[in-house]
Amino acid sequence: MKANTRTWYRLVALLLSFGLVAAACGGSDSAGSDASDGGTDETTDAGDDSSGGGETLTMAIVAPSAKNDLAFTQSMVDAINALDRDVDLQITDGTFVVEDAAAAIRGYAEDGVQVIVAHGTQYGGSLAEIAPDFPDTTFIWGTASDTQGLDNVFAYFPAADEGGYVNGILAAGLSESGKIGVVGPIEAGDAVAYIAGFQSGAEANGAEVSVVYTGSFGDVALAAETATAHIANGSDVLTGTAQMVVGAVGVANDAGVPWFGTQANQTSLAPDIVVASQVYHWEVVLEEMLTLRDGGTKGGQAFEIDLANGGLVIEFNDKFELSDELKAEADAAIAGIIDGSISTGA
Amino acid sequence: MSDFFTVSVLVSVFASGIRLATPYLLASLGETIGQRSGVLNLGVDGIMLLAAFGAYYTALKTDNLWLAVLVALLVGLMVGVVYGLITVSLHAAQGISGIGIFLFGLGFSDLLFQVWVGTPLPVPHKLPKLSIPGLGSIPNIGEALFQHNLMTYGAFMLVPAVMFLLQKTTFGMNVRAVGENPQAADSLGVSVGRTRFMAILLGSSAAGLAGAALVLQGGIFQANLTNGLGFIAIAIVYFGAWRPLGAMAGSLLYGMVNATVVQLKVQGTIPRSASDLASMAPAVITILALVFLAGRVKAPAALTKPFARH
Repeated sequence: MKANTRTWYRLVALLLSFGLVAAACGGSDSAGSDASDGGTDETTDAGDDSSGGGETLTMAIVAPSAKNDLAFTQSMVDAINALDRDVDLQITDGTFVVEDAAAAIRGYAEDGVQVIVAHGTQYGGSLAEIAPDFPDTTFIWGTASDTQGLDNVFAYFPAADEGGYVNGILAAGLSESGKIGVVGPIEAGDAVAYIAGFQSGAEANGAEVSVVYTGSFGDVALAAETATAHIANGSDVLTGTAQMVVGAVGVANDAGVPWFGTQANQTSLAPDIVVASQVYHWEVVLEEMLTLRDGGTKGGQAFEIDLANGGLVIEFNDKFELSDELKAEADAAIAGIIDGSISTGA
Repeated sequence: MSDFFTVSVLVSVFASGIRLATPYLLASLGETIGQRSGVLNLGVDGIMLLAAFGAYYTALKTDNLWLAVLVALLVGLMVGVVYGLITVSLHAAQGISGIGIFLFGLGFSDLLFQVWVGTPLPVPHKLPKLSIPGLGSIPNIGEALFQHNLMTYGAFMLVPAVMFLLQKTTFGMNVRAVGENPQAADSLGVSVGRTRFMAILLGSSAAGLAGAALVLQGGIFQANLTNGLGFIAIAIVYFGAWRPLGAMAGSLLYGMVNATVVQLKVQGTIPRSASDLASMAPAVITILALVFLAGRVKAPAALTKPFARH
């Protein structure tokens, strides 16, 4: 009997050890770059610790949600994988606790990772403390429109209002009730810009827009109930931003209500009702930052992705039938935003 | 504000509040049983996450929702066995053990999701709505109360079942006895360890069902899907004064306040500038209720205290 008890204790100890390891691994992953065969043509022989001359560049992402969230975090993972460089990429995702993210950022810096992406506005305070301790490391932080005066930090921000405006134009064109619902997270970061642009575009096309910030980036059930409430109040087209919208997309799908996505292409969530998604292509500005770094500039500049530089792209769902007239309206809006004749109002 | 007090809106809010309350109710009912036996399980959220992933993956691969619910139940049961071994057999501190279970559930469910699924995919079918014959067709009331999925009905039917279990059965009497005075129960021949173990298993299974309800109502899984729901369920147990009816009242309050806030935001009654403040309303109301109830209700005397026969 005693031997049996001891066996049980060993089993429990084994399970707990396994659990601790799994918990530690759950939020962290390492992924090779899809661009590993793309060579290192764009690096320069800067004579420092840059990745020029065919060397592999070590990069890390620290992000608040899952790396495949079909939204914010995935947009950055996809962008780094699309770089035309040989990149050894490590990812720590799911760091919704800022202190955890700070520990990961510092850990990567201490491990000698050359470029660290702190993918979350909320990490700015931590970065202001960490970045000065590692002057040879380049930190890339966003979404943010300034570098906090740190010369080894690059900042990035999406002009999400631009794609939001285009989505808004299309949404208003599709709406029969003239009412459109928006499911937002917390009123911060690029969500504000996207929603402001969307509202502006939809209203320019004669629709009424109801915007709800649920107060959470992660509450899927609440996002779903918000979508349900929008539909019950007459909205017949929906959009939303951040990772919790997967719940809202499900509700829209059940009701057959068209959905507009942002950050990443959300068509796979509901191929029948996703009309179009504004997709972030951070690689456009990442490439500029890394080229500067190759030349010896470790940071100190802010970058923006927009429709003009190709960092923002409206990707349509081919399965959703959109009239030529509406597509032409969207194209006209994109052209107008790029040439400055249309203001998104954001 | 006048738009809110229309029949259609009120029906919508009630239906939404009941949907939102379902996982809270299942988890808090299970935790009520555990805490009445003297065991606090802070790992409810982790159990829910593991069970939710189990249900999600099963539904995704088999499109069999009831098999998915069964898997969630079994996952809850298995984690309950581990938690029982740790806290009852090994007499480990309940607080830190529960946190360990939570962290394990948080990390391991995400790990399994990343390895086995990757990019979020919706399940082929969610839990279908079932209109109760005769009741579901009652104007307005039918839509608000009797057009839900089977897990919602099941959760509310569990309330009298748990009341009966705790008040009218020998097992329930033993649960209450070991939660109040385990030494006295032990001297009367009640196996404290076995009773607590059984209570943990029931509580963990209910947490598993809560995870299934959450994921099968929404139809999709993602990392940290529960978003702290399990911890709120624990607060609801305190709010409900360790009674099944209290757990139901707390869960409904939380769900209804959330649904009301959403509705008022959609209608524009709550201005966007006050949106974040309004989002805190459910938590604030729960805290206020807990403050109001403090001193008026008595926790099980042996709650969180490990029992060892001397």
